[in-house]
Amino acid sequence: MSTSVLTPTPASPAGPPGDAPTAPLNKPRIRLGDRLLHAYTWLLIIWLALPIAAVALFSFNDPKGRLNILWVGFTLKWWGPKLLEYPDLTHAMLNSITIGLIATVASTALGTLIGLALGKHKFRGQNFSNLLQFAAISAPEIVLGASLLTFFLTLGVQPGYLTIVIAHIAFCLSFVAVTVRARALTLDPFIEEAARDLGAGPWTTFRLVTLPLIWPGVIAGALLAFALSIDDFITTNFVAGSVQTYPLYIWGASREGLPPQVNVMGTIIFMVGAGLAIFQSVRARRSRA
Amino acid sequence: MWLTVFFAMPLIFLLSMSLQTGNVTSGFTVTWHFAEYALGLQSYGPQFLRSLYYGGAATVLCILLSYPTAYWIAFKGGTRKSTYLFLILLPFFVSFVLRTISWQYILADNGIVLGPLKSAGLLPENFRILATTGAVIGGLTYNYLPFMVLPIYVALERIDYRVVEAAHDLYANRFEAFRRVVLPLSLPGVFAGVLLNFVPAASDYVNAQVLGGPNNTMIGNIIQDQYLYNSNYPMGAALSFTLMAFLLIGIFAYAKALGTENVLEAAAA
Repeated sequence: MSTSVLTPTPASPAGPPGDAPTAPLNKPRIRLGDRLLHAYTWLLIIWLALPIAAVALFSFNDPKGRLNILWVGFTLKWWGPKLLEYPDLTHAMLNSITIGLIATVASTALGTLIGLALGKHKFRGQNFSNLLQFAAISAPEIVLGASLLTFFLTLGVQPGYLTIVIAHIAFCLSFVAVTVRARALTLDPFIEEAARDLGAGPWTTFRLVTLPLIWPGVIAGALLAFALSIDDFITTNFVAGSVQTYPLYIWGASREGLPPQVNVMGTIIFMVGAGLAIFQSVRARRSRA
Repeated sequence: MWLTVFFAMPLIFLLSMSLQTGNVTSGFTVTWHFAEYALGLQSYGPQFLRSLYYGGAATVLCILLSYPTAYWIAFKGGTRKSTYLFLILLPFFVSFVLRTISWQYILADNGIVLGPLKSAGLLPENFRILATTGAVIGGLTYNYLPFMVLPIYVALERIDYRVVEAAHDLYANRFEAFRRVVLPLSLPGVFAGVLLNFVPAASDYVNAQVLGGPNNTMIGNIIQDQYLYNSNYPMGAALSFTLMAFLLIGIFAYAKALGTENVLEAAAA
């Protein structure tokens, strides 16, 4: 270390010697600033990833009871058949998945139509509807949950599976609509006109021309809807009644300690979600190239 | 237009739901009417203020923490921009509740961080991070940070770098160029980020319950308790309606000042 400092190398005085041998001497300050920012970005990413790493790590822990806070020893047993040891947890997970699928299909179908209407047509009250949609997205979730519960109670609907599904469709809808709308804004109206000139009816035009063109937006919206639905806690907590979903189970069980099975399931969801996102972006890049 | 019907139906549905909160309030309490609001504000004023304070503090922290990263990714990220953004978004693939409880475990009084430090004598035995104001604000900052990085990044990414070079040509040094050119151009992103951060952070109750103690309850905790444990629906509805009114007035003033389309676009991007 000391020898390299003594040798008169042309490396910038700020950086460690040898790290940037070809760096021009006239701008050492900029390079240092950029390097600091680069390091800072990685620190931030590590901070963001820390709890995820903890969740994944403790899925291999071997605690005695349900309390899974301190590291005891390495085991793979929770990743095997013991994963389904707690029927409540398994049931909650299944609920989360089925609710997510139903809410995704319904909100994608409805949201696509809304997004198309917003993106393709001008109509009276469009500004108002934009504003309303904006309010629906930015309104606090707790207010959404509270007003939905009030709504169901007034109608005499018992909170449960059905109310969770309705609530999830309600909040996924605007997100799908916004995503599809962004895509529909780029549509060339002449293409649809051309299809009509060639004798295609409205349905055929939609199926063979419009839908393929907005398809990436629809897929993105559907993935977003599923992600929002499977993760939602605040709204679900209000309208769930006695039905449990995966986040609700975690919330309820956290006082007696979360069994490692929760970590395993969380890790699986994480890997599937991240994997899907990577797959999607790689495919998008390939189709663009 | 049948599309409009499909489009209008859910919106009316939504509108009626949001109005329902107010209706039920007056319906339940024919004689009391506004008393519930007054009572709510009177008894839970501190929680309201605390929510605004925690939400505001978390938002400011998010701006300070996100801006440098968004700046670096937008201008120096090169071909790896989307990879870095993906890494920033990683937390979204783990359940929100699980992430927060994970922090609770990490920071537990005798957990994997504080335990060894205490047994090594580096920290006093009664030192704790959980159940403090800092823990709640930290949790809020953690959970909503990506919502701040993204809009700032989008705004910065749109900046034509030649504008910055022009500033340099006009003898602005790096600081001046940043202050007079880059910062003003990125403000729409910051505004959108503030919106995306402050609203959920101020109405959050998960962080306050998991990471905070009895002295850190926010208005969200109260609303939840009124609904799910006390079955005091009028009070819960009055409180959530007040919260909604507070935030919506803020949002609309905000959107009006900046133009709805801008904020909507930035929020959607």
